Amino acid sequence: MPLPNASKTILRVGAAMSCVWLAACHEGVLVPKGPVGAEEKQLLLEALIPMLMVITPIILLTLWFAWWFRAGNARAKYKPRWEYSGYVEFSIWMIPLLVILFLGSLAWVGAHQNDPYKPLASNRKPMTVDVVAMDWRWLFIYPDQGVASVNELAIPVGTPISLRLTSATVMNSFFVPQLGGQIYAMPGMETKLSLLADEPGNYRGLSAQFSGDGFSDMHFQVLATDDKAFNAWLDHVKAQGAALDDATYNQLVARHRTGNVVYYASIAQDLFTHAIDSATRRPVAVTASPAQAGVTLTAGPTER
Amino acid sequence: MFGKLTLQAIPFDQPIIMGTCLAIIIGILAILGLITYKRRWAWLWTEWLTTVDHKRIGIMYILLAAVMLLRGFSDAIMMRSQQALASANAQGFLPPEHYDQIFSAHGTIMIFFMAMPFVVGLMNFVMPLQIGARDVAFPVLNSISFWLTAAGALLINISLGVGEFARTGWLAYPPLSELPFSPGVGVDYYLWSLQISGVGTLLSGVNLVTTILKLRAPGMTLSRMPVFTWTALAANMLIIAAFPILTATFAMLLADRYLGMHFFTNDGGGNPMMYINLIWTWGHPEVYILILPAFGIFSEVIATFSRKPLFGYRSMVVATMVITLLAFTTWLHHFFTMGSGADVNGFFGITTMVIAIPTGVKIFNWLFTMYGGRVRFTSPVLWTIGFMVTFTIGGMTGVLLAVPPADFVLHNSLFLIAHFHNVIIGGVVFGCFAGLTYWFPKAFGFRLHEGLGKAAFWFWLVGFYLAFMPLYVLGFMGMTRRMNHYDDPAWLPYLLVAECGAVCILIGILLQIAQLVWSIRKRDQLRTNARDPWDGRTLEWSTTSPPPAYNFALLPKADTVDAFWEAKQEVAEPAEQAYESIEMPKNSWLGFAISFFAVLGGFGMIWHIFWMGVLSLLAIVALLGWYSWDEDDEYELTPYDIDRLERVTIHAG
Repeated sequence: MPLPNASKTILRVGAAMSCVWLAACHEGVLVPKGPVGAEEKQLLLEALIPMLMVITPIILLTLWFAWWFRAGNARAKYKPRWEYSGYVEFSIWMIPLLVILFLGSLAWVGAHQNDPYKPLASNRKPMTVDVVAMDWRWLFIYPDQGVASVNELAIPVGTPISLRLTSATVMNSFFVPQLGGQIYAMPGMETKLSLLADEPGNYRGLSAQFSGDGFSDMHFQVLATDDKAFNAWLDHVKAQGAALDDATYNQLVARHRTGNVVYYASIAQDLFTHAIDSATRRPVAVTASPAQAGVTLTAGPTER
Repeated sequence: MFGKLTLQAIPFDQPIIMGTCLAIIIGILAILGLITYKRRWAWLWTEWLTTVDHKRIGIMYILLAAVMLLRGFSDAIMMRSQQALASANAQGFLPPEHYDQIFSAHGTIMIFFMAMPFVVGLMNFVMPLQIGARDVAFPVLNSISFWLTAAGALLINISLGVGEFARTGWLAYPPLSELPFSPGVGVDYYLWSLQISGVGTLLSGVNLVTTILKLRAPGMTLSRMPVFTWTALAANMLIIAAFPILTATFAMLLADRYLGMHFFTNDGGGNPMMYINLIWTWGHPEVYILILPAFGIFSEVIATFSRKPLFGYRSMVVATMVITLLAFTTWLHHFFTMGSGADVNGFFGITTMVIAIPTGVKIFNWLFTMYGGRVRFTSPVLWTIGFMVTFTIGGMTGVLLAVPPADFVLHNSLFLIAHFHNVIIGGVVFGCFAGLTYWFPKAFGFRLHEGLGKAAFWFWLVGFYLAFMPLYVLGFMGMTRRMNHYDDPAWLPYLLVAECGAVCILIGILLQIAQLVWSIRKRDQLRTNARDPWDGRTLEWSTTSPPPAYNFALLPKADTVDAFWEAKQEVAEPAEQAYESIEMPKNSWLGFAISFFAVLGGFGMIWHIFWMGVLSLLAIVALLGWYSWDEDDEYELTPYDIDRLERVTIHAG
């Protein structure tokens, strides 16, 4: 039987929506690709589901009480002086108390188990990557491999990654939704985060802390590959890239713009320390001359 | 001579801004013209601008909040439209430097100049009536508080047409808000307008706490105060404790920007983390400053319209006070991702969750107030039930964010945005609208049209769910806040639904405007039983609507919580009591004058026109000094005057 046009349209829209929903299910924090993200998702659900079990009856009870005790309902008993009941009072303090007792222990244990500073359990040696947030790019330094890259973080699958983070500019927040964890990158300071990818893939990384006009383009790719492909990536970087010494680094920082992927074949000694130190010097700013009153730093032409 | 100010400060090349400014200027000129045409200048000056009557000041606060709601909502719908258009890296219609100002202005205006004046205005209007007082403790100070808030609001709106607003987000985190990264006047507009209005808020807090503690009617012990007054006491104590932190924090940032100091800078040993800690030790209590009075409103509304006393009055009071104390123990949950370590994060996760206990108790209290009641579904009740459902969801997502590892994946995402709009719209805004509809007849002597009010409620409710539920999903999908454009097309459908929600809310707001206009035009039909239209329980319903300047000809007595309700139950002969003379405060133009100089001074400081700033400050000091020696600030109403006034009001209302 041919369907009427309207229901066909509804079906089509529904199909389109479910495609979108499925697409949605391929990314984001509910589809973790590593143990950190997986544990965080687990905790999220462990907290969410019991709470839903508590608030759903409360919401239904609210609607039911309001409806049953409506002024027009003669069957509902009117108790104009009923304002206290020891049993009810006791229960209404105990119910939230018990829920919070459970969730509080979850929070305490979870905070310790998922401490971003804690090294991840693995039989492989962790790899260190130093991360510098800039206006409005991410610099990834591989101190042991002696290379660096902008806006592309290649990691071998199954190896714990120890990230040390700082910012060459304002505050940013390092976040790869599918790998979990999130930590601020702050100027003159060092924060840490441990991550691990279980599956090969390209994951979206971004800054989650607003950092100025170029913020929306401040994202990067995480290339999680097997060891062979990772080594190939290293060779590629070494073959292609320029050298990143302190002077080149300072030039890189001084440009306030978004950008695409850049590779550096060699890096200066202690570049990360230099990054932390140089952020505590007064930043070079576009001074507001009278002609520019009321105008702040503007992003240069993007490199894309 | 004019500091940084030149003609180039006006963005002539921005059609959106210039169009808006033109519309605002035409609007203001039209209003001024109307006042001149109707010859109402003297009336405006004596009845409103120089009034020290807490009721009129409360009404002006709410008027300010309503206007700022329109401004803040325009920002909101522009952001929603930008994100609906800027999919797959399309640029949309707002470039980042404009968009960044819009979301900063939206947050700043909605919290400081919409929610705060709305809540403060309701407390100002209702609380003295509820405790049977003739005015607040310091009427002139009250006028100064209001006008300082208005001065801040004016300054922040000047930034629309002259210069720019901050592009830093509504809390202006350094180092982004420091001079090297924000050399323009945007952050200065932000700081000076909030400094000025913050002083006003602090003074108002002192005033209202003094009023509650000192001016209650005979017989009204603390344990007989109406719940709204309790929540007002809690909120104002929080204001007194929290706002000085804000003022001090902003003062330090100003010192960084104007005097080259290094509190929060990258260089010179400054530490931006300190700002983030300080701003949230103000910021978290601030959300309770907003929500506690809303809780009070819901308590009054649900008891009145269920024709029952509030269930568990003592629980409610205890819960309110527990929240007041705990408000200061949770600020760190705003930055679990700053690397504080597991012990600190765990501790603040738990303290945050503990607040959910008294809040949950309150939800149950309202629930059991309806139990055994006779619930009338007026629009204040609809707002209340809408709140109970919506706020429960918002509370749950809040507790979820308090689990530090869950926050690691949801921090700064649209999930967070959905959460706090869920509690602020579902809690504070719904509460303010419930309170507005509930006490409107007390203020003006006629009710608001119910049908339009209910229609507005439904559009707001549906609009809210359409606008913010998709944001929860987007948060799970990894979309962060404050994005000008994005490259993931999968986000678009959700953002389109959110845009539809914003349009629904727009219709809700238009219906509210229609409701107001219709009700004013047809006010004679809506005057039925204006003194006590809802069968109220507390003392504000025992006087005429609108109440006389002195509120109560004879001070009421309160022997129970629902004093007026109990009085109505007894058919007692009104005891013949002689009027006594009342000392009334005279009108004062001090608040208006101080506010005038505050705007001038603030504008001068923003644009580095330092002579203007200094002269304005001197003028304010001189005015305060002059006023302090002015002893002719009261007049007396004799029993004969009162008798005459009472006869007139009884015949009119």
